[in-house]
Parts: sequence; C-alpha cells; structure tokens
Amino acid sequence: MTQSKPSPSESNAASPGVIPPVALSGVSKRFGATQALADVSLALLPGEVHGLVGENGAGKSTIVKVLAGIHQPDSGAVLLDGKPVLLHGPAQARSLGIAVVHQEPRLFPDLTVAENVFMGHTPKGSLGSVNWREMVRSSDRIFESLSVQIDPTAVVRGLSMADQQLIEIAKALSVEARVLVLDEPTASLSAHEVERLFAIVRQTRDRGVAVLFVSHRLEEVFQLCERATVLRDGRHVITAPTTELTAPDLVRHMVGRAVTMFPRSHAQIGDMLLEVRGLTRLGAFRDISFSVHAGEIVGLAGLVGAGRTEVARVLFGLDRADSGEVLFAGKRVSFKTPSEALGAGIAYVPEDRHLDGLVSSFSIAENVTLPILPRLFPRLFTRKNTERDLAADYVGQLRIRSTGVDELVEALSGGNQQKVVIAKWLATKPKVLILDEPTRGVDIGAKAEVHRIISDLAAAGLGIVLISSELPEVLAMSDRILVLHEGRIETEIPRAEATEERVMFAATGQNAEEIVSGA
Amino acid sequence: MTNDQMGVNKPADASAASAAAEAPMPAGGGSRNMANSARAILSGVARWEVLLVIILAVVVWWGTRISPNYIQPDFWNSLNFGASVSGTMEVAIMALAMTPIIIMGDIDLSVESMVGLSGAVLGTLFVAGIPLQLGIPIVLVVGALGGLFNGLLVTRWGLPALVVTLGTLALFRGLCNVVLGTSYVSNFPSNFTAFGFGYVPGTDVPWTLLTFLVLAAVFCAVMHYTWIGRQIFSVGKNKDAARYSGVRVARVRTAMFVVSGMVAAFAGVILALRYNSVRADNGTNLTLVVVTIAVLGGVDINGGKGTIPGVIIAVFTLAALQSALRLAGVSSEYQNVAIGLLLIFSVITPQLARQLRVLVDRIRQSRRRPARDPVPGEVVR
Repeated sequence: MTQSKPSPSESNAASPGVIPPVALSGVSKRFGATQALADVSLALLPGEVHGLVGENGAGKSTIVKVLAGIHQPDSGAVLLDGKPVLLHGPAQARSLGIAVVHQEPRLFPDLTVAENVFMGHTPKGSLGSVNWREMVRSSDRIFESLSVQIDPTAVVRGLSMADQQLIEIAKALSVEARVLVLDEPTASLSAHEVERLFAIVRQTRDRGVAVLFVSHRLEEVFQLCERATVLRDGRHVITAPTTELTAPDLVRHMVGRAVTMFPRSHAQIGDMLLEVRGLTRLGAFRDISFSVHAGEIVGLAGLVGAGRTEVARVLFGLDRADSGEVLFAGKRVSFKTPSEALGAGIAYVPEDRHLDGLVSSFSIAENVTLPILPRLFPRLFTRKNTERDLAADYVGQLRIRSTGVDELVEALSGGNQQKVVIAKWLATKPKVLILDEPTRGVDIGAKAEVHRIISDLAAAGLGIVLISSELPEVLAMSDRILVLHEGRIETEIPRAEATEERVMFAATGQNAEEIVSGA
Repeated sequence: MTNDQMGVNKPADASAASAAAEAPMPAGGGSRNMANSARAILSGVARWEVLLVIILAVVVWWGTRISPNYIQPDFWNSLNFGASVSGTMEVAIMALAMTPIIIMGDIDLSVESMVGLSGAVLGTLFVAGIPLQLGIPIVLVVGALGGLFNGLLVTRWGLPALVVTLGTLALFRGLCNVVLGTSYVSNFPSNFTAFGFGYVPGTDVPWTLLTFLVLAAVFCAVMHYTWIGRQIFSVGKNKDAARYSGVRVARVRTAMFVVSGMVAAFAGVILALRYNSVRADNGTNLTLVVVTIAVLGGVDINGGKGTIPGVIIAVFTLAALQSALRLAGVSSEYQNVAIGLLLIFSVITPQLARQLRVLVDRIRQSRRRPARDPVPGEVVR
C-alpha cells in the first residue's frame, strides 16, 4: 500500500509543476456505438476540490468508474503520481488510495455500520477472527473526526439516506485515501444534510486529500470547488478556477452539442388527447400537470432522476399515482396494468429496450405482434403469414434493415432494434405514444431516421410525449418542452422560446432571470 | 492462416503492423461466416429432440438385445417396453402440464401430493356413496383449487414457486393423510378400472396411452400454435418485456398452475383406477420423475426454452430405459440411480454445449481484436 503524504506546501491549488496524485491522461472509452469518453485529461490536486459538471451522458459517470477501477480505458491511462497504472477493480483502486463514493449508497443493509465501514479490510484478532472491539472503536474515531453521530453497532437497514451516504464516506476514509471521488453525493440529501456534507468535504480537503466532486447542481460547485471541469459528449471542454467562471458560463459550456437533426415537419394540432392534473407519486414526482394534443410532440426534459420515466410509468399503468388524475380522451382513467393502457390507446417505448422493450430471442415478427396477439388472432391459433405480413409492413415503413421478419432481434444493430420496439408499439395503433430515450445508444444515421418516424407519427395525428436527455433532440422535435427538476415541473417552454441554455437552467434548478442577466 | 494474426502483437513497426492487420481481415470474416452457418445447421439438425430420438433408438436396440420379447411379439405384454409406457402415463401427463410452468421459470413440486390428495378425495367420496361420474369432476375441481392456491401465492405475494410448491407438497400430502388416514379404498366399478389398465376396444392401445396422446396433442397445439403459447414463451424469456407488452404475466402464470393442479388430480384418478386402490401414499416420489421427463425433453430449467414434442419423446425414452433396466435385472434402487444420472445428464449437456460455444466465441474474439485496433504506443502493464 502506498502511503505518501502530500506536504502542505503542495496543497497550493493549481500551482504548475506539482505532480498530481491522480490524473487522467488522454483517456478514451467506448461502449458499443457510444463514445463515452474521448481523449480526456484531468488532474486532481491535493488539497483541492475539483468540480465536474456536464449534461446527462457527458461522461461524468464514466470518469468516476474509470477512477474506481470498474471500467478500464480503451486508450490513455490513469496516472498515479505521474506513473500510469492499470486499475483492475474497485478493491485495487481503493488499496492505491482512490476512494469512491457512488451516487447510490452501496452498503450491505443487514450488516452493522462498523462492518460496512471496514468491509474488505476488517481488523483481525487472534486466529483470524474479527476484532469487533477494534472495528467499533476505529469506526467511532472516524465518525468523530467527521463530527457526525452514527452508532457503529447499528444495522444499516433503516438508516436515512444521508446517514448511509456518510457511512460511504467513512468507508472511503477508513483507508488512507489520497483521492476522494464523490458522485452526485447531494442528490438525495436535504439542505441541512448538504451543509454537513460540505463541512466534511472541506475538512478532508484541508488534510491534503484531492477531491473530485461530481454534481449537476451548479451552485454547489461554486460553493465548494476551487476548480471546475466541464465535459460535453465525452470531451473535455474547459477546466478553470471557479472564481473565473459564472453559472451562465458553465451552462454555455455544457450545452451546444453539434448534432445533425432531422427537420421537424409541422403537424396540425388537434383535440386534446391526454390531460394530467396534479399527478403525484410520493418519492418520485409531485403535482405534475400537462396536456397532450393530437399531432403534438411534448418534450419532457430534465436530468436523470428528475422523475420523467416515473411519470411515464404511471401513465402506462406500471405504477400507481398517490394523488391527481389522468384524463384520456376526456374520460378519467386509472390503468392498473399495461394491458389496460394499451387497450385504451397509450403505448410506451421504454428506456431500456433490452430489459423491457424486446424479447431478444424472438424474431422481429414475434416481437412486433406480441402486444396485439389476442386482437390479431381472436381464434387463438397464430398464423405465420398474417404475422409476417403485418411485421413486413412496419419493417418497410420504418426501414428496418434485416434479413427478413424471421430474423431474431438479438442479431440486429441497436438502431434497428429500437425501430422494432417502435414498430411493436405502433402495431397497437395507439393514440398517445410515450417515447423514453428513443435514440439512446443508437448511431447517428439511425437517430435521424427515428426522428423522421416520430415526426411522421405526429403528422399522422398521434399525441407524442418525448422523454429525452439529449437537449438538441428535445429542442428540435418538441412543440412544447416541460422541464422537470427534482420531481416537479420547473417550467414549460414553448418551441419558439426554447434554447438549450434555458432548458438546462431550469433542469439544474436555476431561476430563469439569471440567464437574462448572465447573457 | 489465422494464426498469423498473432504476429501483430509485436510492437515493431506501426505501419507494418497495421498493414498486416488489414490483410487477414477478410480471412477472419470468412471463417466467422462459416462458423455462423455451421452453427445454424447445428441448431437446425442437431437439436435436442434429434439426440433424444437417437438415445431412444439405442435404448430400444439394447432392450431387444437383452430379450427378444422387449418389443415382440406381444407389444403390450408385461415386463416389456409397451407395458412400461402404459405404466408411465400418469407422470407423462403431469410432465405435459409441468412444461409450460418450467418454461415460464417456475416449477410445481406439489404435483405428486396432488395425485395422492385427489385419489384420497375420490376414494372417500366413493365410500360415501357418490358415484365416480360425479366424484371425478369434483376431484378435478379440487386439483384446480390446489393449483390456484399455488399460483396466487407465487404471483400475488411474489414468492418463489420452488418454496411455495415445496410447502404445498407437504400440505397436500398432509391433507391426504387427514382424509384417508391409514385406511384404503378399493373395488372401484370395473367399467372404470378398465380405463386404468384396459385397452381401447379392437386395438392394442391402452386407454391411458390414448389419453396421453390426446392431451399431448392439445398441449402441443396450445404451446406452439396459439398466442397463449407465445405469451408463455415471452414470459419465460423476458418477464419485463412481456409485461410492458401487455401480457398479463400474473394471470398466465396462475392459469398454468391451475392446469398443473387439475392434470395432477386427473393423474391421481388414473393411478387410483389402474391400481384399483387408493392409499395415502399414492403418487409418492413422482415429482422427481415428472421433472426428469420435462428436463430430459429439453425444457430449460431456467425457463424460456422447451418443446412439447421433446417432452413426448422423453416419456418414451424414459419408459424404454426403465423397461430395459428391468429386463436386464437391475434392481429398482439402481433404476433410481439411473433416473438421477439421467436428470443430471440432461441438465449438464446443454450447459456444456453453451460453455463450449462461449469458449469458441472468446477464442475467436481474442484473435480478432489485435487485427481491429493496433496497440497504441502507450502500453500499460
């Protein structure tokens, strides 16, 4: 185990010539069609809190996972004290002094606090038994140094999210950490708990630890960080001292991705199809109200965890709302199962097509007809030709590239799989179509085609709800954009007034006047 | 020729390396296509069912070597293959009902106790003076209710089917003991017992075999030619995708437990009539055989895969093996050993095939990688 202590003089932030304890050097990482990171370099200095910001999918989490040893870079390297190391896994990263606190606490709920803190390096007594007294005493000492009060002998299950977060930090600090990586640690904390967390982070920083603070709350970055780095599309955009940046600067660096879009053809907006009034599901979203008309595309923008998918799940009968109402074609509805929602005319293209969208070892034809089997074959017996003809229709319409409708969907490319998912829901002849991240993991050519399809569907009179984390996509496709922030509708922006900055400001919970003064 | 690609690993001259990397690509692609088509042929011809038919043929051939009476001259005579088949029909029809359950990723261990319970109820009703014409439908309702109980516990409470049906395995057997105690019922009317061990008039076909074949045809049609079967397979392959597609997953699963309960109750009736006797231990240890037949028939114990024709062939294979072992003078204890080994064999074989395929894919990928992206200057070791 390496245990070199950075001398206090080195904690002078951003001074050139200091060899950073941890740095990324030209790191690239690719997942299928997605370039998650492209040639990113980043140096973390001792005694400094470094903010990392960017849109959804900008590559923040990938950086965290590379540092944690979960992902290995395709090219480039992680440098420890200037020397490249290959991190095989989380245990190794930790033994080298890289402590990572993930967004969701990953603790063993049925073990005690102390056991969790010392998981993997439990203090040993005679004959290799667990030295409980030592473990509890050490945990107490760590919590004391963080000036928090958590009983080390308590069982983790039942502790608050904030306490679990603090246990994660204690766990990270139980080894001599030289680098502390915090991935959106404040996402589920109250204002008071955030203050406490910040105090601990500052204290850790003052001990000479380099801290990487990943957040999409810009004001926190300004409060806590000495320097900030902006990522966009897996690329490094800028690293600068926070004193030289403003919130509008950051937002401008985050947005502005270059994406070629399929031009939206304009549709006649017709009758109201779906109306949502004061819909609330505790712990997920509250007081959501909006409407969707025939021929209209309503964009749902927001950061991951803002509650967009959760709203869609309720509309599709997968979850129940706690209060509020949904009106469909003027009638109050409350779907208990997806089959009821499908029967009424609502279809939902789920976020994760492998998990929820497709039966991958079924053929194209079998997938397309799955939601409509009882309707298609009222006499119980399936007929191959009926099925093939119907699927072939959609394969042609959506230009799905395959060797035929009998090809298994697992053999198709991501883009074509996504088109099969869309075909499947179109076959139900819905009136309202909810699309959740319809172009995620799809290559650029297929993306444009999916956009064309969505546009055509609106023109044909469907009401469309488009959930997307890609700002250019939402902006180009939507007639109206609802921006969700932490489970509430932050603002509604009509197409003509929508800009990436405006949407991003609302999504990060900033108030709208700031842009005007900032710009 | 593909071995040459390994040379690319030497970081000598970058341009030479990338040039060398270009060249073998078509060759690599060609071998991949060949492997793919080979795999397609394999999955078409060397299906599990084909292997089973071969095993069946070998076992029958072995049987005729032991004794010429194995299939000749009187096919349905005692001790030979035919009798063994007609003696297997209770487990055979239960295996049919077990198939959709295993395909959906569930299991029903309680069937053997339902066999006992249905016999006990049938016998008690018969002793109480209720004729079998009425008793049999009542028993089928009991079976359906037992299956409903299993299904609701599994789907409404989200409990694992393995545990639930292990519980009802004990529960149904317990009820069976409560109903019957140590007594037994016998002397069912001969026109009914004829169904248990008689033949279809004018033929050599036992009634029980005919019943199995009819049920097999129905299960085959439902599983492979109706949308109900399609929904069952979709649940087994991807429960979430099925649910998102409007398949009422809980309802389908519950329904199949109900069917399994009813079929087990019917098997109990056949067993009672064939033995012309009902005792509290009727059907003990049959679940093992039922699951063995399904798995031997190629039903994936992890769900998602399986065919009714495979299960039908497995019924005959198992019967042929049991009969041949009996002819060879193998004691019943060792026959159980054989069944156990057969179960393990049929689970292991597809697993081995899968691992082999993964291994082949890995080897092929490791050969392709250096050809795709030449190693950059910076190598981290």
